[in-house]
Formats: sequence, structure tokens, C-alpha cells
Amino acid sequence: MRFLIYRYDPDKDAKPYMQELELETIREDMMLLDALHELKALDESLSFRRSCQEGVCGSDAMNINGRNGLACITPLDVLKEPVTLRPVPGLPVIRDLIVDMTQFYQQYRNVKPYLIVHDPEPEIERKQTPEERDRLDGLYECILCGCCSTSCPSFWWNPDKFLGPAALLQAWRFLADSRDQAEEERLEALEGPYRLFRCHTIMNCVDVCPKGLDPTNAIGKIKQLMIKRSI
Amino acid sequence: MTIQSRKFDTLIIGAGGGGLRAALQLARADAKVAVVSKVFPTRSHTVAAQGGVNAALANVSPDNWHFHMFDTVKGSDYLGDQDAIEYMCRAAPKVVYELEHFGVPFSRRDDGNIYQRAFGGQSQDYGGDQASRTCAAADRTGHAILHSLYQQNIRARTHFFDEYFALDLIKDEDGYILGALTLDIESGEPLLIEAKTTLIATGGAGQLFRTCTNALINTGDGMAMALRAGVPLQDMEFFQFHPTGIAGKGMLITEGVRGEGGYLVNADGERFMERYAPRAKDLASRDIVSRAISVEIREGRGCGPNKDFVYLKVDHIGADVIKKRLPGIRDLAMTFAHVDPVDSPIPVYPTAHYTMGGIPTNRSGQVVVPEMEGPEEPVPGLYAAGECACVSVHGANRLGGNSLLDILVFGRAAANHIIGHLQEHRYHRQMDKTAIEKALARLKRWEKTGSGESVPELRTELRKVMEEHCGVFREQAVLSTGLEKVKLLKERLQGARLKDQSKIFNTARIEALELENLIDIGIATVASALARTESRGAHSRVDYTERDDASWLKHSLYFHDGRLDYKPVRLKPVTVDPFPLKPRVY
Repeated sequence: MRFLIYRYDPDKDAKPYMQELELETIREDMMLLDALHELKALDESLSFRRSCQEGVCGSDAMNINGRNGLACITPLDVLKEPVTLRPVPGLPVIRDLIVDMTQFYQQYRNVKPYLIVHDPEPEIERKQTPEERDRLDGLYECILCGCCSTSCPSFWWNPDKFLGPAALLQAWRFLADSRDQAEEERLEALEGPYRLFRCHTIMNCVDVCPKGLDPTNAIGKIKQLMIKRSI
Repeated sequence: MTIQSRKFDTLIIGAGGGGLRAALQLARADAKVAVVSKVFPTRSHTVAAQGGVNAALANVSPDNWHFHMFDTVKGSDYLGDQDAIEYMCRAAPKVVYELEHFGVPFSRRDDGNIYQRAFGGQSQDYGGDQASRTCAAADRTGHAILHSLYQQNIRARTHFFDEYFALDLIKDEDGYILGALTLDIESGEPLLIEAKTTLIATGGAGQLFRTCTNALINTGDGMAMALRAGVPLQDMEFFQFHPTGIAGKGMLITEGVRGEGGYLVNADGERFMERYAPRAKDLASRDIVSRAISVEIREGRGCGPNKDFVYLKVDHIGADVIKKRLPGIRDLAMTFAHVDPVDSPIPVYPTAHYTMGGIPTNRSGQVVVPEMEGPEEPVPGLYAAGECACVSVHGANRLGGNSLLDILVFGRAAANHIIGHLQEHRYHRQMDKTAIEKALARLKRWEKTGSGESVPELRTELRKVMEEHCGVFREQAVLSTGLEKVKLLKERLQGARLKDQSKIFNTARIEALELENLIDIGIATVASALARTESRGAHSRVDYTERDDASWLKHSLYFHDGRLDYKPVRLKPVTVDPFPLKPRVY
């Protein structure tokens, strides 16, 4: 199987290049990450992040044949040759398929992604009905892989000002939580032309999310809440 | 060479649940805390925990901490220290409520309380009916907990050093731990982190085995660091094989599947666990279920064309329950086994899962070693918590749902002890320059160029040797050859070379450093297993099939020089009467 892989080592490469690589034997049932490990065994300088190998840690996001995804849960047999691998777009490349995610994480931090409760803590759990808890499904499962935000043109243009789909999904995750008591300050922080409103519902985020989550829908819900508040 | 350095009150190595729980406690107490992790915190392996965390909340079945304690002592095959187990089970409800307050999205019952499911080895009334003690967020409990802990640490302004690899502890001549030398993976430059207290929370070493449920990062780095610093490793022969990894692949399928009503069948369609554990059946403890599956397959009742797995059947509990309570394993089964558990059984096989042994600590998370004065003298400045540590609450076999509990309870306990220590020790000790040089040697060694074996080759061999020589069933001759083989691999590693000598984000170099750690842990594991001539919990010897309390009711301690020592099990709990030794039946 033929691969075309983005290579860049700032120690020795003046600029990035695409390298052709080939794997002779492809076992049945191989995932893209397995192939990358075999390619790395041939050339140990090939660099990428990985950890859990089952799609829950979010390390191995990359651009696979033009589309963001996780290498560990992408079966090889559905990929067209040459399999073209690039780092996820829109973030600075550190080396090969590894990007600097600082800006992505900063936007995550900016939405105060933690439960804020002002009431005194009870000695036991706070109550939450199953229906209230259901509202968090499709939100809390985010693995921060960055596939969504780095496929979003609005994030590419304004990664410092637009929070991006991943962070906004988390903003909604806490707004939607019946236990959270910071709705006012959360909505306040999302005001302005960029932070939230740069989303133009292009929906690339929904298309690529490896966990099947829907940031566009979450963004819509925030907008509704803001409108309700402004009336 | 001048090395950059930073100073903190506390250095935490590892950003899984244990490290983050400790960091949060410390940051909230206004300690200056640095968390060093070789991956971004939410990539730590806690994220993969599925089923839940045990606590006797009694939301579903009548329960109290003493039942939980009984189950844990029995589950440990009486090798667990009863004082530590009492402490953990008593603390469990509190740490779970705290998690809820931190924002963990636990699944809920109709009355609004936390949902709890049945798990293996859980009983009401000291061995009576099945209990439901495992607090769950669907089947993504580890993810929910890890993310919530990271989020609260953001709020508490913990200092994170993401993608820094800890090379070695810094230990001065008086035996104090002064921090660690780390490597900034991105820049390739070393960074010294000085700290008055250092907590190791680096997780387990599942990567020792070819087929495992563990992430690639689980290479026992902290255990190996401790070993090199003169700390022995405790009870390393006890390695848990989870009954239900996806056959041939290893991805974990939670015990929660059986907790929700799933069960195992062999090629004859027989629910075979009824023969091995008439009462608890599929919810017997993990060592027992794993052995049962291995026996079924060995005796020719395995499923599939090669008769090399059994089926985990769950379709009868209904699509709604599966989608609601087990969405994550449904995804995994569809992605990796190409079956939808809603209508087809999942092929499973016992898979290396959890390191019961580790760095010996007391209930406060202090690392303890045998010294002149006694078997358990604290190493000044050094703490450990979670899978890398051995308190010991799991003894010879861990119960499902007790690992998330372990990291939370003892991460927190270690932090509380550290807070006290910091009040009494206001200043950093003098840095020891020679110790830094020694740690730097780990990096220098890999700067040697020329021809030599490659790291991936040796790693593949190690994992194969461990699987073949130190698996579910063990015996003298096989272990003994295994030990020779792993030792030989350690020698061969001396001749291994890195072709990639670059600095920036050199992952080949990290893998080399990890393999050094892994091989030391492998030797500790096989050597301890070879020496223990009895069967207890997960350590099952075909040549010594019985538990032998007269000779072996003791903890193993493996030292870096190959020496083995032993220390007594703490049979006396803190406040209650000890649970007396009994044969273990489920």
C-alpha cells in the first residue's frame, strides 16, 4: 500500500515535503495507526502522537486523504491510495504529523470548562434527574482531539478570536448542566462578533467528529439561549 | 552544560486520575504544584476506564463500607493490607461525592441519585447476594472523571508541563528525593524540576504484554524510576488478566457488560461460568473468570474456526439498555470486532490489564522501604499513588471498580500528607549535582551512534516473551526460561542504537527510554513470579496449585540488583476486626 506523508523536521528540513512510503504487506483488519507503526519501524524518524489505540484519548488526530480523523479507528481498507497524511490544518506544525495545539487548548480554557456552583456543597451527591443528565449526552464525550476545530474555516482565519467548535461544545456542556450556576457569566463571555458568532454553520466539525458529536447543534443552542436572554 | 531548572513545592509525575486528584487537593491548599506528563493530561490512560468506581453509596442495593471491605479483602486473596483496604472503603463514598461536586456527569437513577451497577466480586452482607456498588457514567466513567479532574485543575491554576518525560528522580546522599530531571519532548532539552516533595503517579505497565488493554504510554516509567532510586517493587508477580478483551486485539470490554446482565458462552453455547462459580457466575472475580476462559479454550470448547476465544453475549438485555448504559463498548465492538452487540455476541479473550504490584507505600502515599529500623520506613520526600503504587489494596487480585477508587483515595491521601509535610519543611534542600549527572546519563547513552539493534525489535520480543512465559498460567521451567530471556534482552538493549538523533519531538528517543523502563519491570515481574511457589489470586502456578498461607502470606519485594525480600501482610485493620483467612469461593 502506498502512502504520501507530510514530513518536516525543523532540525534539518528547510521546508516541509511530501514523502512517498510503501508497505508491502497489509494484514486484514489493519487500522491506519497500525500502518504508521510499521512505517515507523522502517524509518524511526517518522513522528506522530498516539496512545490508547481505540479512539478515546484523542492523540492521533491527523488529516487523512483530505479529511480529519483519528488514525487508530480509521480502517486501512476504506482508504484510497496513495493514503495522503498531513498534520491537521490550521495549527503550527512542530514536526511531521505533530502540531502545536496550544491555541486549541487555550480556547478550551477560555470557556471556563468546569462546573461552577455557588451554593454550599451538600454532604452527598447533588440530585439530577435522568432527563437532566441526558442533556449532557453528546457533549461530555469530547476527547479534545481537535479534529473539529482544525477543520473549521472560521477557526483557521481567527484561531485567536473564534473559540472554535470544540471549545463551544464544552461551553454548551456546562450551560446545559442542571447543576451549573454560572449561566449569566458564561453567556456574557461569549458576546461579541468573534468568540461564538464567527460560526457560519459550515458544519465541517459535525462531519469529521470521530465521536459522532455535533458542535454546530451545540452552538445553535447557545445562540438560542443568548437571544432568549436579550429579550 | 547548564540545565534549566524550576522550583515547586510539589512535583507530580503523571497526569492521570491519581496525579490530577492529588494536584487538585494541593492547588486548592495553595501549594505550588507542578504536574509533569509525557502526554497532554486527558490522553492519560485513566481516560479508558469504562465500568465505574466502587463506593458503598447504597443507592441501588443495601450496602455499607464494611461489605465493600470484605469483598476487597477476599478479592485480594488475603494478600491485601487490611488497614489500607479499610481506609479506602471508608473513604470511597466521600471521594465519589466529591467527584460529583467537581462536575462528573454520572448516570442517574430516577430518584436523581448516582447510578450504580453490579460488578465482579461484589456482595451484600459478606458474601451474600450480588451488590451494585459501581458508580458509573455510562461506560465512559474514566473519561468523565479524568476530564472533570483536569477541568477543576484548570480552575485551580495548577502548573502543567505537558509532554515532558521524567528521566529519573534526583536523590541526594542522605536519601532525600529532591525532584526529577525531565525532558521537554518538544524541544528535546532537559529541565530540572526541584521540589520538596515528589509524587509518582505514572500508572501501570501493561505494555509488557503483546496483547493488552493498555495504552501505548503504559510503560511503567515511575516504577522503573523508583527501582533505580533504590526502592524495591512490591508484589510484581500479580498481574491482572481481564477476562474480556476483544479477542486477538485486546481492547477492553468492561465487566459492566456482565454487570448489566451479559454472560460468557463457549462453543457449545453453554454458560460455562456456572460450573466455575455457581453462585457469582459471570461476576466472580477477574482472576477466576480469566482462568475459566483459558481452561475452556484449552479443553477445546473455544469458539470460532480456531477455537481460540469465547463469546460475551449481551443482546438479550435489549438495544435500549446497551445504547444507554454501554454505548462506548458498542462502538469498540463495532469498530474492532465488527459486531454490533445489540444482535451479536462479542468474541473475547483474557487480556493483560492491570499491574497489582508497584512502588510500596503506606496509607498516606509515602513510599516505604525496608531499612534498619523496620520493614516500612518512609523515603523522605517521595510519594506514590495509583497503579504504579502498591498500598496494598488489591493484593493478589484487584476487583473491578477498585482501580478508579484507588487513584482517587490515595491521590488525595498523598496530597493531604504532602500538605502537612510542606508546613514543616519550608525550604528546598541543597540540590545534588552528581545526582543530576547520573540522571543525564540516561539521555547520553542514546547519543551513541553506529550499528545496533532497534528499539521496536527488542520491544516486540519482550512483549512476546512476557506473554509466553508469564501469562495466566505459570510454571517453574517456563518462568525460569522467561527470566533468562528477559535478562538477555536487557543485555541486548545495551547494544541498541537510535538512528534518529534529532532533538525536536523525537518520539523514537522516548520509546527507547520507555523500553529501558519496561525491561526492568519485566525482570521484576518474572523474577517475583518464579520465586512464589504457590497459587494466589492472579498468580496461578500449575506446579503449585494451592494457596500456601503458611509460607506465602507475605509481600514480595524485588530490588534493582535482583535480590528478593519479603514483608508481612498487614492483617490488622484500623478500627474493625480482621477478616480471617478463608478458602476463596464465589
